[in-house]
Amino acid sequence: MTSPDSNGTSTAAISVRDLVKNFGEVRAVRGVNFEVAMGEVFGFLGPNGAGKTTTINMLCTLAKPTSGEASVAGHDVVTERDDVRRNIGLVFQDPTLDGYLTAAQNLQLHAELYGVQSDLVEPRMRQVMEMVGLWDRKDSVVGTFSGGMRRRLEIARGLMHSPRVLFLDEPTIGLDPQTRRSIWTYIRELKEREEITIFMTTHYMDEAEWCDRIAIMDHGEIVALDSPDALKAGVGTDRVTIATDDNDTAIAALDRQFGVEAKVSEGAVVFGVPAGEEFVPRLFAEFEMPIRSVSVSRPTLDDVFMSYTGTTIRDAEEDQSKHRNRVMMQMMTGGRR
Amino acid sequence: MSTTTDTRAETTEAAAGSGTPIVRVSVPERSLRSELRAIKIVWRRELIRYRSDRLRMVTTLVQPFLFLFVLGTGLQSVAAAGTHGVNLKTFIYPGILCIAVMFTAMFSAASIVWDREFGFLREMMVAPIRRSSIVIGKCFGGATVACLQGIVIIVIGPLVHVPYNVVMIIEVFFLQLLLAFSITAFGVMVAARIKQMQSFMGVMQMIVTPMFFISGALFPVAGLATWLAILNRLDPLTYAVDPMRRAVFSHLHISPAAQQSLNSGVTWFGWRVPTLLEAAVIVILGVVMLGIAIWEFSATE
Repeated sequence: MTSPDSNGTSTAAISVRDLVKNFGEVRAVRGVNFEVAMGEVFGFLGPNGAGKTTTINMLCTLAKPTSGEASVAGHDVVTERDDVRRNIGLVFQDPTLDGYLTAAQNLQLHAELYGVQSDLVEPRMRQVMEMVGLWDRKDSVVGTFSGGMRRRLEIARGLMHSPRVLFLDEPTIGLDPQTRRSIWTYIRELKEREEITIFMTTHYMDEAEWCDRIAIMDHGEIVALDSPDALKAGVGTDRVTIATDDNDTAIAALDRQFGVEAKVSEGAVVFGVPAGEEFVPRLFAEFEMPIRSVSVSRPTLDDVFMSYTGTTIRDAEEDQSKHRNRVMMQMMTGGRR
Repeated sequence: MSTTTDTRAETTEAAAGSGTPIVRVSVPERSLRSELRAIKIVWRRELIRYRSDRLRMVTTLVQPFLFLFVLGTGLQSVAAAGTHGVNLKTFIYPGILCIAVMFTAMFSAASIVWDREFGFLREMMVAPIRRSSIVIGKCFGGATVACLQGIVIIVIGPLVHVPYNVVMIIEVFFLQLLLAFSITAFGVMVAARIKQMQSFMGVMQMIVTPMFFISGALFPVAGLATWLAILNRLDPLTYAVDPMRRAVFSHLHISPAAQQSLNSGVTWFGWRVPTLLEAAVIVILGVVMLGIAIWEFSATE
């Protein structure tokens, strides 16, 4: 039993055991286990429909687990719901601001809902709004804000009550690259300035790199969990891309001569080998065909995802949407789910 | 329980960067006080929303004004024979007081559907407060806003030959308050189930319009055809319109015959239902619906 003290230094910020969530027949989350340490930036990575949002909803007490246990900031998400809520900040995928109120009114309302002591509301508000660069817009009505500004304001609001754990559900979805970058800047600044644990979901591979640790989720299960570097190292192969005059012959030759399985991707021959730099000289010396160009790259999280799930995140999402379409068709034609 | 209820600031120097102190705040544990505060916040938000929505102030008054001035004037000649010299506008005035409040209360309840559509409901639902505080705050807010609209109708009384009278105004105001509360509670109860704005307004119209017509807001309730008399006594709104009419008519200088035929009052098997009991009917229904609304919102995840 962990009990947090006033400095926010309990053993784990989040701890999850055998967490399961079923929606009728659909098994959205199939028994996940993990712990997030205090002060960590922890990312949940996976295609849409992998169960990320369902997991986050259970952790922030918006959904009841079908079975299993979870505690956030030292409090059980089912039996100590209010204690969990006092200690977490939430930024949802969908906007939850009151567009009729000004930015400051939105934050004020939030502070009051959480019972923030009134003499601290103003300075805290200034701090969080300056952090996201919206202090000069505090008296503007939120309805006039752009999507990026709203998301920034939501982040500021989520921080109003100094939460121990900040949940960000796809904080950068639907934003332009520049805004995405600036949101990441805030998150990193935040981590430096405040004692806070950040739990986020994303399906952008490049963003997951910013996390201390990543859990890769697919079909309601965690298939891998480690730091981005360790995950990439775990793939064990570098990606070698060569351009030849005849790709099919090259693939056959690679298999025959070196025993590597290559395939064509975007007009070039691609394959994985354990140590790319050492393989390339051998390739030039021994390969029976002329090579026009060659490049070696370290594995990316895309490759990690690929190696654990056998598919790229984009393909996984296409499958999901196909599945969704099929379900919708069934529903429209009167079939049962 | 070792969690802190310390409500003082804990100011620490920033570890890196600008050097400005970090303002750390803490969230107190949930208590009755925090619930009352939450109710107040939700209530106040309704008022802020109302103030910023001038269009709504006007639009919700259109219908009552149409009934009062257009219908009241237009049907005057037809009605003259039966009103014993009382102006038709004066006669329907108490009923109009009720519908002005009803329409506003309905719109107030609709704001919970908007809040859900625009996501703000979620912000309230995840705060460390009870769902009941949100629902109660909404109902109080709706009731307050509806009463503010009702005051407009009270103010125009002299235009339809209802003179100002302190006792009458106080009575009318409290009756309006009760009605506004109960209608908002009803609306919030419906809103717990119906998630789309269009369907919500449709359902509310479908329920509220017949209630309004059957309530006797536009006709005396004595000597009705049996089927209508039965429906009338079952209609909750009847028990708001009747005391309202009693409050207004007791301060009018009209003939006893007119009083008798226009303000005969609601009877149960010949027994005239007293004002207090009628008010109690409205309050009890309101509280029951509030209870159902709270239960429904607490049950949803």
